[in-house]
Amino acid sequence: MSIEARFHLNRGEFVLDVDMNIPVRGVTALYGPSGCGKTTLLRAIAGLEPCRNGYLRVGDMLWQDGGFCIPTHKRPLGLVFQETCLFAHLNVQRNLEYGLRRVPGHERKISLDKAIGLLDIGHLLLRRADELSGGERQRVAIARALAVSPGLLLMDEPLSALDLSRKQEILPYLESLHDDLNIPVIYVSHSPDEVARLADHLVLLENGRIRASGAIGEMLTRLDLSLARGDDAGALIEAVVAGHDDNYGLTFLEFPGGKFSVARKALPEGHPVRLRVAARDVSLTLERQTGTSILNIFPSHVEEIIPEGSAQMMVRLAVGNIPLLSRVTRKSAVLLNLARGTPVFAQVKSVALL
Amino acid sequence: MLDESDLAALLITLKLATVTTLILLVLGTPLAWWMAHTRWRFKFMLEAVIALPLVLPPTVLGFYLLVALGPQGPVGSLMEWFGGRPLAFSFAGLVIGSVFYSMPFVVQPLQSAFAAIGKRPMEVAATLRASPADRFFTVALPLARPGFLTAAVLGFAHTVGEFGVVLMIGGNIPGQTQVLSIAIYDHVETMEYSNAHWLSGGLLVLSFFMLMTVYALNRRFRPMQP
Repeated sequence: MSIEARFHLNRGEFVLDVDMNIPVRGVTALYGPSGCGKTTLLRAIAGLEPCRNGYLRVGDMLWQDGGFCIPTHKRPLGLVFQETCLFAHLNVQRNLEYGLRRVPGHERKISLDKAIGLLDIGHLLLRRADELSGGERQRVAIARALAVSPGLLLMDEPLSALDLSRKQEILPYLESLHDDLNIPVIYVSHSPDEVARLADHLVLLENGRIRASGAIGEMLTRLDLSLARGDDAGALIEAVVAGHDDNYGLTFLEFPGGKFSVARKALPEGHPVRLRVAARDVSLTLERQTGTSILNIFPSHVEEIIPEGSAQMMVRLAVGNIPLLSRVTRKSAVLLNLARGTPVFAQVKSVALL
Repeated sequence: MLDESDLAALLITLKLATVTTLILLVLGTPLAWWMAHTRWRFKFMLEAVIALPLVLPPTVLGFYLLVALGPQGPVGSLMEWFGGRPLAFSFAGLVIGSVFYSMPFVVQPLQSAFAAIGKRPMEVAATLRASPADRFFTVALPLARPGFLTAAVLGFAHTVGEFGVVLMIGGNIPGQTQVLSIAIYDHVETMEYSNAHWLSGGLLVLSFFMLMTVYALNRRFRPMQP
């Protein structure tokens, strides 16, 4: 099952020309700089951008094919806009019910109570929209979109209008959606942090075109893409909690290439976790170090290496079949004689649980 | 005090203003909606036409309406051809004149109210399964409520206050087409200042209270949500 979208939109200066094929499960991020067309693409998927040259199939439903076009209000989707857009003439409860009441009974899969519970807004129901904080408003908007039991949830930078602490307030709710509901999500974002936390699949847009598309772990470590550059570049690893060491207060996180030891986390065994390993936190040695304080050392080999500026190199490693990034100085690369295929030990100084 | 013809003039005035306002709200709502959203390149010409009564001397508008609606005019002769009466010097003629004369006072507030709502709430409603008509009635109209209140009161008050147009196409037939403003004029002409005072004062108080109500209600109703 996939979402197949082809659009050609001409908006004067800006041309969107995309041919996209993404899975109908998990979270797909449309990622790119401002003005790259990600919001326009999302609006075209929602049917909000008039477009005569388009094809859109979601799973086995055809939504658009040239002149044939199902209007937005007949598409089983939910949309959360960038700025919160609650109806000012209705209170929170009536906002939540607005979409729900227009969905026939047999199509309702998510009850209002479930949507309210997931976003934790039960105490706000009788408030007016303008009496809510920015974070609360966005939570209501997300719950309102969920209450129509969408077959596809579209989110247009739902956090970008919020300050950092409000973002931190909403992100856990978005993650719980990902875990609790089996709704495919297309998520527009220009924040690497959000994408790393939420996305399973990533579509990279540049100047109205799709530059690349693929699984998030793969995309973040592709050295030919802008994602693997800059200070925040790093790899993403899916792991599970493999056990705890009560003696030293450690938790073991197992992934296909080995096992991380991190400070004790209150998570049950078997719990899936997503780890982020920044390229600046990975150093390389040719022999396994013994007298070192670093616990997480993995045998690997160099897959690719490219210069980054004049003094640094970005190295993609394979730990088993899991990619990892390491930023080293050009001098070190020369001294270690790093090249494609060189066996190295990757020393991971720190790892972040997302 | 008021005599019988004054009361008749008062009733005719209120009836005229009510009918005119209702007609303008029914006609003006789709027109204002269309004007607020169309990208038609000649929209500015239509806007100018609708705004004309704001600057045109009412007697000019009245004169052309008289010519058009009179027995020899295009509309008047058409009416006669269908076996009807000419519209000049009748209540129906007054309504037609008032609709033109008060149109900008209804259409403009509605147009700005619809424009202020913007496209976004309608898009949100579309993603919440509301059909175009559904979202017009459940989102656009409620959000434009302050605009409707302003439009209704301005249209009503402006019709109550009209003089020139009515005088030209309505004549001054007591009990049929004589409205308050003309009754006041007649009283002053015949030096009946006491009657003129009662009517003028009443009109002043009425207008003041209507406007005060609009401003008070519009202040209480907080329309937009960013």
